Amino acid sequence: MPTAEDVKARIEASIPGATADVQSPDNVHFNARVIAEAFAGLSRIEQHRLVYAAFEGELGGEIHALQLKTETP
Amino acid sequence: MSEQASNPIREAIAQAIDENPVILFMKGTPEQPMCGFSARTAGALQALGAPFAAVDILPDPRIRQELSELSNWPTIPQLFVNGEFVGGCDIVTEMFESGELAQTLGVEPAEAEPVETQAVGPRPMGIENRLS
Repeated sequence: MPTAEDVKARIEASIPGATADVQSPDNVHFNARVIAEAFAGLSRIEQHRLVYAAFEGELGGEIHALQLKTETP
Repeated sequence: MSEQASNPIREAIAQAIDENPVILFMKGTPEQPMCGFSARTAGALQALGAPFAAVDILPDPRIRQELSELSNWPTIPQLFVNGEFVGGCDIVTEMFESGELAQTLGVEPAEAEPVETQAVGPRPMGIENRLS
């Protein structure tokens, strides 16, 4: 099962320059706050899609839920 | 479209999005949500008193699969307003809190927090019933 650290590393590796603060009570539900320059100019939907892209096919499976808040620096 | 539908579920979903100004795809029903995120999203709509159609995606796993391909969004719930994808639970909650959701729906902003158990007349709709 992925840990909060794993999820943080995945997001930061997937979005160059991103900083992710990830918490999880159970390694199934995750709560992430992601700050990235790459979000600039994107709609909120596009920002979330960018983060989801780090977890192709895993959301809803191993990662049951990823609560997300995205921001630009 | 005169040909036999090659993907009837995808088409039923698209049609439902097209026909309902506000439509929420969720786990369970607004009266009996089966997931906290679906409950919160339905609760936000209910707190605003906005009428909405709701589709329970649980009865057939193909609904979720087709919906996610259509919307390019991996998780449930998913809210559409006037045919446009608005977001999932996080975005809808954020929009509720900022007053943006009321604006999008064309209703008055709510004064209270969303109440997850409140039932204000949304009519659940079974998409599987549309396929026969």
